[in-house]
Formats: sequence, structure tokens, C-alpha cells
Amino acid sequence: MARTLAMFTDVSLCIGCRACQVACKQWNQLAPEEPEWTGTYQNHHHFTDKSYRLVRFFEETDDKGQIKQWHMMSDVCKHCAQAGCLEACPTGAIYRTEYGTVNINQDICNGCRYCVSACPFGVVAFNHDTGTATKCTFCNDRIHNGLGPACAKACPTQSIKFGFRDELAVVARKRVDELKTLGYKDARLYGEDTAGDLGGLNAFFLLLGKPSIYGLPEKPKLPQKNVVVDSLLSIGSALIVGLGALVAFRGRGGQGDA
Amino acid sequence: MFQRLRRQYSRYTPEMVERVCGIPKELFLKVADIYCSASGPDKTATVSYALQLNQSTNGVQQIRALCMLQLILGNIGRPGGGVVALRGHSNVQGATDFGTLYHMLPGYPAAPLQGPHPTLTDYLEKTTPKGGYWVNNPKFVVSLLKAWWGPAATTANDYAYDYLPKREKADAYSHQHFVVGMYEKKVKGFICMGQNPAVDSPNAKMARQALRNLEWMVVVDLFETDTAAVWKEPGIDPKSSQVEVFYIPGAPAAEKDGSITNTMRMAQWHVRAVEPPGDARSDAAFIVDVGTRLKALYAGSKARRDRPVLDLVWDYQPQGPKQEPNMELVLKECNGYTTEDLTDKDGAPLYKKGEPLKTFGHLRDDGSTACGNWIYTGIYPEEGKNMALRREKPKAGDYLGHGWGFAWPANRRIIYNRASADPSGKPWSEKKKLIWWDAEAKKWVGNDVPDFSPTMAPDAPRAKDGPFKGVSGTDAFIMNPHGLGQFFASIVDGPFPEHYEPFESPTQNLLSKVQTNPLAKVYNIGDLNKLGTPDRYPYILTTYRLTEHHAAGMSRHVPWLSELFFGHFAEIGPEMAKELGIRNGDMVTVETPRAKIKVRALVTERIQPFMINDKKVYQVGIPWHWGYQGVMQSARGDVTNDLVASLGDPTTFIQESKALLCNVRKEA
Repeated sequence: MARTLAMFTDVSLCIGCRACQVACKQWNQLAPEEPEWTGTYQNHHHFTDKSYRLVRFFEETDDKGQIKQWHMMSDVCKHCAQAGCLEACPTGAIYRTEYGTVNINQDICNGCRYCVSACPFGVVAFNHDTGTATKCTFCNDRIHNGLGPACAKACPTQSIKFGFRDELAVVARKRVDELKTLGYKDARLYGEDTAGDLGGLNAFFLLLGKPSIYGLPEKPKLPQKNVVVDSLLSIGSALIVGLGALVAFRGRGGQGDA
Repeated sequence: MFQRLRRQYSRYTPEMVERVCGIPKELFLKVADIYCSASGPDKTATVSYALQLNQSTNGVQQIRALCMLQLILGNIGRPGGGVVALRGHSNVQGATDFGTLYHMLPGYPAAPLQGPHPTLTDYLEKTTPKGGYWVNNPKFVVSLLKAWWGPAATTANDYAYDYLPKREKADAYSHQHFVVGMYEKKVKGFICMGQNPAVDSPNAKMARQALRNLEWMVVVDLFETDTAAVWKEPGIDPKSSQVEVFYIPGAPAAEKDGSITNTMRMAQWHVRAVEPPGDARSDAAFIVDVGTRLKALYAGSKARRDRPVLDLVWDYQPQGPKQEPNMELVLKECNGYTTEDLTDKDGAPLYKKGEPLKTFGHLRDDGSTACGNWIYTGIYPEEGKNMALRREKPKAGDYLGHGWGFAWPANRRIIYNRASADPSGKPWSEKKKLIWWDAEAKKWVGNDVPDFSPTMAPDAPRAKDGPFKGVSGTDAFIMNPHGLGQFFASIVDGPFPEHYEPFESPTQNLLSKVQTNPLAKVYNIGDLNKLGTPDRYPYILTTYRLTEHHAAGMSRHVPWLSELFFGHFAEIGPEMAKELGIRNGDMVTVETPRAKIKVRALVTERIQPFMINDKKVYQVGIPWHWGYQGVMQSARGDVTNDLVASLGDPTTFIQESKALLCNVRKEA
């Protein structure tokens, strides 16, 4: 396997211009969609089968309702090291490339949508025209020809950086230190640690506060991880219901005797 | 001078700033402290501003106040200093350099006036100062006339000065003047290129009627703009529209050769990447075609009044199926070239006839040089060498990147840079050094092209003649007659900036009895220009642009860009929204005495009320991109500029669209 490629999105540099969103649609020739009213500058609410990049807008206020910070964050498929979509795919349509990215082979996808519900980040979307699941590929055609993804290329502030994962991780850790010295004491990385959740994300982020501010799960995990606990819980529930039923029937039997 | 400044601004206390502007005193002092502490021998501060300052009846004075602050803090002519205008379009600087403003010729000599400038001698005497680098004005103007009229411009006929159109009066040709002129049917025809006055004009409803009152209009643009479609505006009966519209498809930068000059005066050349589709052509091809056809129409005329057209130098070698001109010929004309063999003052050969000039220092006022724009001389210093096309990696230490593009004048990256050295010629500090005097070599050296006489020593007395007449070795501001930075200026609305309230304001002027700028232009169009008072229009309205949309419309024809916003909206603070019962997403009507528009309310904490003159005032912010043309539903909406009055700054005649009054009502 080649060296892992990754995307590092530094939200402290994002100006919310959405050039990444447009560059993504242009390069991947994704059809325009009528926007929705979201109550903020954000469009759309969620990733769609025609929107692989999404700049999220959040307004953080203090106790007095005064604006503290206007957060902007360009969100994208995380190409997780332990990818829920890949593990859920029954046909093998979802595969990992030699660069560590996760793609969906459109010819093999049977449209079952297990991947849609298996993604902890709500990235994978279903295309009703083709009957297949779609998502960001890190511009597979570009990266196999020595070019970075269209979004990273278009980003005017270099908030989106693309390169070898190990090199980007060094840059990212240095940037967190730098921001902390500047007084951003809540600055942190999300998904950079390969020993952390989902084995690390190949699109990782620098956040200025808790992940929940940006609509990200604090501890993302695979739905498959729930299987053991959920099964035990189900068994437990079944036992309780069974016991309850026994008690109830016994009580009823008693009445019958009277 | 310093005492005069102190007297003038002693009234402007932090407490007064808080009462007038609504900026809390502590916040103001914090900003002032950061700004001042970032200025000194080791540090410089820069001020970037956008149209919030220009679009005011006090615009010029507001921007001048920034320049004065920068001057007094020592932030001019030094790395990291300056007053930086953030442009709304990529080529605003270039357009201004090339004389699109009605009162300037290319390169900034004044556009002549009918009354005071009947002959070239009158014009040059009255517009050429007695000291500073502008003493060279006759060389610039004569070379410009030679570039335009070539062999027909001779010493005997004052270099065809008669051919040059003269302004009737000093204020007659600004945007608002000509729109009002159309409204009053005094202006009959209009060629509109790369502009969308149906949406971007103040009092835009009036402006659209003005366009419909024309006899003919030519619109050259990438799409059928709101202006091109003004005759079929929704709600307007096309039969009531007088104008005949000719729509000519244009080409954007990627489809043509040319250059863009950015706010740091750097011209970057771009080469056509693809052919324009269909009938679309570059604007240069259109203009060259119009000129060629005009010349054909006038051919054979003996009338004297037709000479300016017939004698015009107009050889740009149009080529190919679309007759695209050779843009390097245009560049060569702007750069300047000789019209005969030139020798230096010792008689040694300098140039052959027709060679491009290397520097504006070689321009002459005897007709032997032709130059379309003197500030760009050096951009094409020899045949085939286009400095604006350069993309060289910076050499070691050259952090200003002199090998990338071409910055006028003379590829100088920081102007007034003599000020980066102290009076004795030494850098103010090691950290902020830029140019300095090399006493052994007897010249200015350093990291930039010196903006000074290259061999004038720091202790040199005032030059008595020559191109730097009146300038001494310590005078960094060589374009001024006295070589000094200027606090006390002779502009129409006073030597020092003074605060006036906007024409529509929620408060009386707390700083003086004069409420508004007494010299501001109020266009006389009766009821169409009524002003509102705070009792009926209690909210402050400000207008602005969004990153995602082009100023007046290009983006609304691109689905991927139109997709980024749901549609037109007004930003309102939560407190005001609660008072009016408005929820995020409700439709609201915003009204001024000029017009009403319907938009969606975006309720956000980012918009906060002000405490002005001890009274709480709410603010409404409305982007102004939308219009009736557009590729999808989200691209179409009411025109924000319908709300804006027809007022103008006394110097620029730019409208007041950043601070006005409005009323807001929830739609049932």
C-alpha cells in the first residue's frame, strides 16, 4: 500500500466562502440543487448525493446572548481507517484504495443503503437516479494523477490542506500549539490520532472547541460496535419481558383458581 | 499643524465616540491601544477598508482620516503599512488607472474643462504644479496625445489638444449624474459594459425607469443582465418602455488575453485558455470593431469635427474569425514608444524610432515619445517582453516578489518608500528596513525600487529644477509640490475631516450644529428622493455583499453559485425580531420613503443593537445582490438598492448606502 493520503481541515482558517463546495461540484460534475432555508448561511442542511462538501455555520453565544464566535467548518467524508460504510457493504462495492481512501464502486453497488445508516457522520447519500450510494472520493481521478482534491485546490486560505497523512499530522499538531499560545485554549485535533476513535480519520480537523459545537460526535463509533451490547440488551429485555409474563400469567392463573 | 489637529479633534473623546457611534468606550480604547502599539520603528500597522467608508456623504473625508492616522503613526511608505482599499472587483484599480473616471485621463492627469482649459498651454499651466514629480505632467499629456492621434498630433496644432473632449463642468459626469440625466431624458444612448446599473445603482427603481427612458442601450455582458432585461422587468408593461436594447455577448478573463491590476497596483497578464462560445467576443474586440466601423462611416469627410475619429491611431491587427485584436499592441501603446530616433543629452543614441520605452523618465514633451499611460511605462520595456506575464520565483531575500507581474510605477512594490528610512537615510529599524542610502555608492539601495531620485542624498537641499523640482533629500512624498505628507488639504469639504451624520440618521449631530455634510450632493428628482425621519423609519439599515455572490449579478447566472443561498434575506437581531414578532425565516417588508422590498428575515446574534446618543437603536443588514434575472428561484429577488436615496459625496458623488433609515414589518 502506498503512503496514506489525508486531508487536514483547519477551521481556524476557514472564512466560510464555500469555494470548496463549488469546486467539488464543478470537478465532479454534480448537478445543482435548489437550496433549502436553513436559518443560517449554510446550504444544504446535510450532505446529499449531489453535495459531497458542506460548509457548516454555527454561531456560538455567551451567557448574555452576545455573539462569541461565528464558526465555519468545511465538512467532508472522513475516509475512516475503520470505515462503517465499508464494513456494512454486503456486495464489496465499497473498497479501500492504495492511498487509504474509501470509495464506492458505482458498478457493483446494489443500492441496499446499509452504508448510509452505518456512517457515523451522515456522509453517505443515496442517489435516486442511479440507485446507488455516493460520497466524496478525495477526487479519486485527481489524486491518481498527482493533483490534490478540487476543494483543497480552491481553498483561498489553505484551511483545507492535502498531502501525506504523517506529514500533515506534524503540521496539525504544530498549529494547535500555535493557536494555544495565541489564546485559543480549546483548540484541538479531531480524528488525527490513529490510535483513537475509528483508527483515525483520513480527513481530520483542527477545531476551536468541543466537537459538538460543529455537529460532530464527541466519540464517533461504528454501529457494528453496538452489536454485542445491543444483543446483550436485547437478551436482557427479552428475559425481563419473559419473567414479567410468567409473573403476570401466574397471577391470572391464581385468579382463575378463585 | 499638530496644534491645529489637536484643537480640531479635542472634541472627539472616547466618550463622544461611544455616544455617536455606539461603540463601547472600553472596546474603542482597546482597539486604539492595539493599533497604536503596533506602530513604531519596529512595527507597522495597516488599515484595510471596504466600501463602508466610500459609500457615504462624507466618504472622502473618512478615508482621508485613515490616511492622516497612518501618516501620524509613521505607517506610510514602510513594509506592512499603508491604507489598503479592498476592491469589490478584481480590476477596479486597473479601470481607475486607465481613465474610466470622468475627471481623470489615463495615468491621472486631470481631464480638461471647457472653461478654464481652452488651449494646451492653459491646460498645462493650470494643472501642472510648481514642484514635486507632477512637474513632468506636460511630458505625460503630450505623449498621451501622441499615442492617441499619432502623426496628426504635431507641435503646430498643440498635439491635437483640440480633439480631446472637454468636460462642461467639474461635476457633470458621475454615475448618478448620468442616470438622473437619463431619467430626465437628457441622455439618449448608453453603452453598458460589465456593469449592471438596474441593480447596482442607488435609488435603483428610479435608475431602471431612467434606462427605460433611453432611446437605445447596448449591453455587453456575459449574460442577459437585469439591465439588458430592463424593458421586460416583472410588473412593467414592455410597451411602456421606450428603450431599444442591443445585447452583445461578452467574454470573461479566461476567454481573452489581457491584464488585471489589483489593489497593490500589480498588473498580472492572463492568456486566453478557451475560445469564447458562440458569438461571444472580448470587449476589446467589440471596442476595436466599433472604432473601425466609425472610421469607415466617417471616411472621406472633410469636416473638421470628424478629424478626432479619422486621425485616431487604431491599428490593433484584429485576427481570426472573431477579429480579436492583438492585446500586446495595446500593452505597447500603454507602455509608450518613440516616434523618432532618440539620443540622450550628450548626443549618444538612446532609442530607435518605434522602440518601446524602458522608463517614464525617458518621456518627452516635444512629440518624440507616445505613451498611453505613463504610470505603466516599463511593463513592456522591449519588443515581445511582457513584464506582467512574469511568474518568477522570488530571489533570496526578495520577499516582495519583484519577478511576479508588474507593479506600477517602475515595478515598485511600496510607494513613498523613502519614508522607510530616517531623515539621515538609515532604516528606522533592522526589522522594518526597506531602502536606505548607500553613502559609498552614493545611491539608494535595498529591497525595493526606491520611490525617490535614485542619487539624491539625504542631506541634499531642495532641487531648483529637473524632474524632482522642490524636493529635498528628506522629502518622501515626491508627488506633492512640497515633497511632504499633507494633513491640511485643499478639497471641497474642508482641510480636516469632520464628522457629519448620514442624511438619514437616528440622532442629531452631537459634535456640531451642522447635521449633515453641507456640500454633499442631493439629486433634485423630487418625490423620488424623499428622505426618512426616525419617527417613521426607526431602524438603521446597512447594505453589503456576500462572498458567494458577485456584486450585481454574474453569480446569479451560475447554478452552482446560486445554490449557496436560499434567496434574498435581511439580517435582524434577536431582540428586534422578538419585539416585532418575527421568527427566523418569516417574510418581512423593508421600507424607506423611496421603495419597499420583500425579503426573508434571517434572525442572528451577529446583528446587535447600538446605544446611540443614549438611546437603543436596532440595525438591519441587507445584502444587495438580487434582481429579477437569474438562473433559478434562489437567484431572483427584490432589488435592495431600490431603498437607497440619490445622494453623493461632494468629491466622488458616491451614494450613501451604508447608513440609512428604514421601517420593517412582518408579512401577514
